[in-house]
Order: sequence, then structure tokens, then C-alpha cells
Amino acid sequence: MDLAIVWFILIAVLWTGYLVLEGFDFGVGMLMRPIGKTPQGRRVTLNTIGPLWDGNEVWLLTAGGAMFAAFPEWYATLFSGFYLPLLLILLALIVRAVAIEYKSKINDLAWRTRWEWAIIISSFVPAFLWGVAFANIVRGVPINEDFTYTGGFFNLLNVFALLGGVVTLTLFLTHGAVFLALKTDGEVRERAEAWALRLAPLSLAAAAVWAVWAQLAYSTAWTWAAVAVAAVSLVLVWVFTMRGRFGRAFAANCVAIVGAVVLIFGSLFPDVMPSTTDPAFSLTVDNASSTDYTLTVMTWVAVVLVPVVLLYQAWTYWVFRRRLSVDDMPEHNELTFLKKK
Amino acid sequence: MEALELARWQFGITTVYHFILVPLTIGLSVLVAIMQTAWVRTGNDRWLRLTKFFGKLLLINFALGVATGIVQEFQFGMNWSEYSRFVGDVFGAPLAMEALAAFFLESTFLGLWIFGWDRLPKKVHLACMWAFAIGTNLSAYFIIAANSWMQHPVGAEFNPETGRAEMNDIWAVLTNNTTLVAFPHVIATAFLVAGAFVCGVAVYWMVKETKAERLSTVGANVADGADTVADSSADAGTSPRSDAPMYRTAARFGAVTMLIASVAVIVTGDIQAKLMFEQQPIKMAAAEGLCETETNAPFSLLTIGDLNGDCDSVRHIIAIPGLTSYLAEGDFDAEVRGLNELQVYYTERYGEGDYQPNLAVTYWSFRFMIGLGMFSGAVALATLWLTRRGRVSDSTWLRRAAVYTIPTPFLAGSFGWIFTEMGRQPFVVAPNPTGSDQIFLMTMFGVSEAVSVWEVATSMTIFTIVYAVLGVFWYRLMVRYSAEGAPQVDSAQFDVGDDDDDARRPMSFAY
Repeated sequence: MDLAIVWFILIAVLWTGYLVLEGFDFGVGMLMRPIGKTPQGRRVTLNTIGPLWDGNEVWLLTAGGAMFAAFPEWYATLFSGFYLPLLLILLALIVRAVAIEYKSKINDLAWRTRWEWAIIISSFVPAFLWGVAFANIVRGVPINEDFTYTGGFFNLLNVFALLGGVVTLTLFLTHGAVFLALKTDGEVRERAEAWALRLAPLSLAAAAVWAVWAQLAYSTAWTWAAVAVAAVSLVLVWVFTMRGRFGRAFAANCVAIVGAVVLIFGSLFPDVMPSTTDPAFSLTVDNASSTDYTLTVMTWVAVVLVPVVLLYQAWTYWVFRRRLSVDDMPEHNELTFLKKK
Repeated sequence: MEALELARWQFGITTVYHFILVPLTIGLSVLVAIMQTAWVRTGNDRWLRLTKFFGKLLLINFALGVATGIVQEFQFGMNWSEYSRFVGDVFGAPLAMEALAAFFLESTFLGLWIFGWDRLPKKVHLACMWAFAIGTNLSAYFIIAANSWMQHPVGAEFNPETGRAEMNDIWAVLTNNTTLVAFPHVIATAFLVAGAFVCGVAVYWMVKETKAERLSTVGANVADGADTVADSSADAGTSPRSDAPMYRTAARFGAVTMLIASVAVIVTGDIQAKLMFEQQPIKMAAAEGLCETETNAPFSLLTIGDLNGDCDSVRHIIAIPGLTSYLAEGDFDAEVRGLNELQVYYTERYGEGDYQPNLAVTYWSFRFMIGLGMFSGAVALATLWLTRRGRVSDSTWLRRAAVYTIPTPFLAGSFGWIFTEMGRQPFVVAPNPTGSDQIFLMTMFGVSEAVSVWEVATSMTIFTIVYAVLGVFWYRLMVRYSAEGAPQVDSAQFDVGDDDDDARRPMSFAY
């Protein structure tokens, strides 16, 4: 098979890894207040992702790096074209990383509350904007003969794209609630289960509308299969949630995200970024890719390293498998900015 | 201002800022891993406390380093998309490898280390710290390999059909001789930064504890003199055992690290300079402000005159004869090509243009890098002398010197990068004199076409503000945690058993 196609698929895999893993991270961040409720409860929610979120985020850096290495033109056109949304995402990720680490460093309620809000807001922003970005790629954007995006900022704010944002937002909310139902105990768990039940139909509805729209307007016949898999999975998420089977609900939600990525990448192929100006200016798997030599090198690197990464990341999830409750939270350290006597 | 200039400012600001945090993480991760190894092997709680103390500071620093690193990965595409198109086939590979091989390692194992104290057996937990430390150092290798390709492109050829550089030898790219000398230079700098940090903080505490101890001894003597035996014995019983010896150990550990790192910085810097005289002669001529080709070229310490105006108006005040020649070729009488001759050479080879980098920036950043780097070595020697053979010191002079030394290697590293990047201008990819004549790119042709001036201005402004605010938090936390000193630790809580009771204890650490 053509190596450029292999890398098109691999990049879809890397994005899937990112959306599946950081998806529940974002969900947990967004739901900190309603599910955590009390200060200690919010602490429980945050600590379910404590040892995991940073490793999850590396999937994004890897997807970005892989796009640069395998499809330089795609990387260049996409990130210079979607400039402001990407800027917002980056700012959110910066603030979020710092907020998670600094929140409990000082024993002061106001300090902690401010960083908590920073985590919540910086989880909402990328959860919504990734959907907007991907929907715009599917829809196609104005690109000229030099592969330069010519659409400006407001071109990216169309109904289809905003609905795409709602899809990722609700999908990640559900994902986070189900994850919390799996990983917490006590009152936090009860609230997480209740929220999962409320959110599951929302993500199902949003995703169904968007997927059918994407399928009818921009896709090819075979991706109906992906739409069907995603739809069935999201129905199952709801069913399993109602029955209190959260492990299965979580797995089903992961499959739904995989279905969404397959729909997105399947509808693009053989383009990677369709041009609405003229189909002749579209970036394709062929004209945007690196040389065969570079792709061969990168294939070896990926074949050797990705399984190793999966192995030790899976081990991390195993080490921190137990449920957390308010009783597991240690005392806050006593440091404040006030000088000790 | 144009988008080009703003984009350059943005890259400079975000990169220099990122590289304030990075060297401390690179060096300190290894130093903390060594401290923890000492604890696991000796069982001495002193090392556990130091591990906890400097480990906390490492985490505060790492968080902001990771956060600002995300921008680095994406701003090539955002602001420099034409550059990305030209180099992507070569430059993207080390970046992707960095993410796959290094970033995953650091992030995953750091999470295990932070939360794993009471979840993992001691040795496994220690191995996580080493995996993290290896990851940070590995990431430096890949990013320097990428940067070195911009300084000295190898392993690639120009494809006129696609108009870009295309890789034909990954091994050549990863073993670029520029990489092989730049990497140890950067790593040595990182250890100088971390050594100075550990030394400065530990000396501060050693002096403080020693003073407190001597004061309380005086107090006890006074009590003895008053013949109140009961009181004095009570005093002796309640006075806490001094931590001065523990901090002395850490101070000497930091100082030894600094000394070894200083030597390594000088040796690798010298090798790198000689290489740069071959690879980018105009950068090195600019570093000296050398207008005309000279044999026995001097190295000036101070220069007046308008460096960026007429080359002949430049006056070198204090100069060491022959030193620049020595830097270039290891021979005080070697001929060093001056800016005027090089301008002619570059014009002939790469077309009309002004090939002279900004002289004032290049000249001074080169001197600040060297000067600030050298300074810290002296303080390391003083620390080792004053703590020789079991001595603890209460010298206020030493405390000030050690604390004020902390920022100097940071600044030296920043000036080093400013020198190496500004000295490469007007190129973003400098031509390789012995390689392909078609692989080079002017910075002005690398900037994104899709991005408007106001967009770059917006992003630069927001990044600068957000970085400044987060920098304030970072600084306050670093100072606050340093001022708190090493925590008291009950090492028994880290003995991991297999029974279920263990699994139900509260977490030893939580956000």
C-alpha cells in the first residue's frame, strides 16, 4: 500500500488516541463543579485524572508532530489557516496544565477556587473548538493555488462547524461523566452516574444530527458504516448508563469517538484539506505528503515506538485503577504565601 | 511593523521564555534522580528529604515548561508555514520522534512518580524518576538535531519540482556534527543551571541553619552561666536537631555539579566555536565585530561605536590579541575572515543581499553568554572551600553569592540561544558551505502568507501577557517552596505492601 495512505490512517489513529484520552480529561475538567460539588469532592474528580492527563495530552503533540513530518503542507496550511481558533486552544492548554499543577500548591481557598475555574474554562474551550476545527476541515475551506488559506476568521464560524463543536463538547461531557462514574466512589460517584444519564442522550442527539448532515453533504457511501457504528455505540452508551454498566458505557463511548474519526477522515479521503475555491487546489494525500524516504523512516519509528508507548501508558492506568472517594484525599499541605513565624 | 517582524519577536519571546524553564528541568531531573537513588541505596532519610524538597521545585518548574512547550510545536505551522513547507520533509521527523520517544516517556513516568510514592515498590518508583530524567534529556537531543539542521543542513537535497528540501539520509540528520557538539553544550549548560540552583538554595539553608544553631548554643551557654541546670537541660532537649549537615551535603552536591558542568561548557563551547567558524563564518565574524580579514585576530572585551552602522566606526577598547584566531582554529596566528570579505563571498554564492547579522545583538550576547557562564564557577569553588572537611558555613557573604548566582547560568543560556539564532540571520536555514548550495532559506520567506499583521500582533500580545502572569505565579511558588525548606518525611509510609489495608489508606499525595 502507498505509504502516504498508511500515514493518513496513522494520523487518524493518533487523533483518535488524543480525542479518546483527553476527551474524558476535558469532560472531568468541565464537570468538576456539578459532579464534585464540595471542595473535597472537586478534588476527587481532579485526582482521577491527576496521574494521567499529561500523558494523554502528548497524543496531541504526537499527532501534530506526525502531521508536520508526514504531511508538511497539511500542517502548514491548517495551522496558519485556523490561526485564531488554534491560538485559543493553545492558550487553554497552557493555562490548564499550569492550573492543574498549581491549584493545590498553596493552602488558600481563594487561590484554589481561582485555579479551579481556570481548569473548568480551559477544559470547555478546546472541547468545543476541536469540533469546530474538524467540522471545518470536512466542510472544506477557501484555499488558493499556493495552498494558502484565504478565508479569514469568520469563515470558520458557520452552523455546520459550530454544531461540530457541540458534538465534541457533549461527547466529551458524557465521556467524562462515565469516566468519573467508573473511577470514583461515594457521593461523587452517585452524582457522576446521574450526570452520565442526563448527558448521554444529549451527545447522541447532537452527534446524530451532525453525522447525518456530514454524511449527506460531504461524504461518500462507505462512511455510512462509520455513522452506523457511532450511532449504535451512542445508543448503547445510553442503555448501559441506564443499567448502571459504566465500564461498558465507557467502552461504547470510545467506539463512538473512533466512529466519528473514521467518518471525518473517510469523508476527506483522498483529500486531506478540501478547497472550496477550486477542487484543483485541494490538499490531497499525494500532494501534501513527504517523500517516500521520510515516510519509510517515520513508519519504522512508529512501528517500534507506538506499541511501547501503549504498553507503559496502559500500565499507568492499571497502577491507578482504584476508585477515589472523599476519604482518600489527604490533608492539604499547609503552605500559604504568608511568612511562617 | 510587518507580520514578519512580529512573528520573529513572538518566536523570540516564546522560545527564550520556554528555555528559561527547560534547562532547569533537564538538569534537576537527573539531580533529583541521583538524590533518590542515594536514598534507596543508603536508606538515609536525609536524601529522601532532599528528594522531596527539590522534587517539588522540579514539578513547579516542569508544569510551566510543558505548557509553554506546546506552543513551540505548533507555531512553526502558525507563524512560519512557508518555512514548514520548505523544511517539513526533513525537520518534521526529529520533531515527531521527540514526541514519540521523549514526550510520552517524560509525561507518563512523571505522573507515575508524583502519584506513585505509596503505590509502587521503591525501586520501581525510582526507575520512574530515571525514565522521566532520560525522557527530558532525550527530548533535548531531538530538538537540537532539528535546530542544528537549520544551522547546518545535511542529509537532504533540494527538489526543484517541489521547491523544498527533501531528506535522503536520516542518520546524517541525527548525527549532524553540529548536533553532536551543540547537544553536550546545551546539556552541560542545563547541569550548570541545575547545579547552581541546588547549590544556591542549599547554601541559603545551610547558612541559615548554622546561624540558628550557633545562636541557640550561645543561648544555652548563657543559661548554663546562670546555674539553672534544669532549664539548660530542658533547652538542650527541645532544641531541634540542626539540618545544616543535610544542606551542606546538598550544597556540595550542587557545587560539584557546577564545576564539572563549567568545564564541560567551556570545552564543548570551544569545539562548537571552531565548528561555527567553518559552518557559519559570518556569525563568528559578527560575534567579534571583525570588519576586515585579519591574522592574529584579537578578542575584544569592550567595544564602542555604532555596531550596526559603518563597520569602520567600531572601536575595540580592551582586546586580547590573537584570541579570536585561537577560538577559530586553535592557533593565535590563524587568519579569520572579516565581515566585508564574507559579504562579498555570500553575495557571489547566494545572490544579492545583506548577509550581516545584527552586530550589536550578536556581539554582546556572545560576551554575556561567556561572562555569565564563567562567573558561576568561582562561586562553586568558594562553596566547596568553605564546606571542606565537614565544615558548615554561616558566612552571609557566601549565602548572598550563592543565591545571586542562581540566575546567572539561566541568563547565560538565554544569551547563548539569542546569539546562535540572531547570528544565523538573515537566514532561517543557513546554507551549508560544503553541502547543497540550494538548501537555504531567508527568514523573510519563511513567514506565513495566510496570517495577517493583526493576527500575529494579537497572538504575540496575548502570549506575552499570559506568560508574564504565569511567570509571576511560577516565581512566587519557587521562592515560597524554597523558603519552606526540606519537609520532614516519615519514610515508613513509602513501604508498599501487598495487603488490602494498604490500598485503602488515603493517597500520600493529591492535587
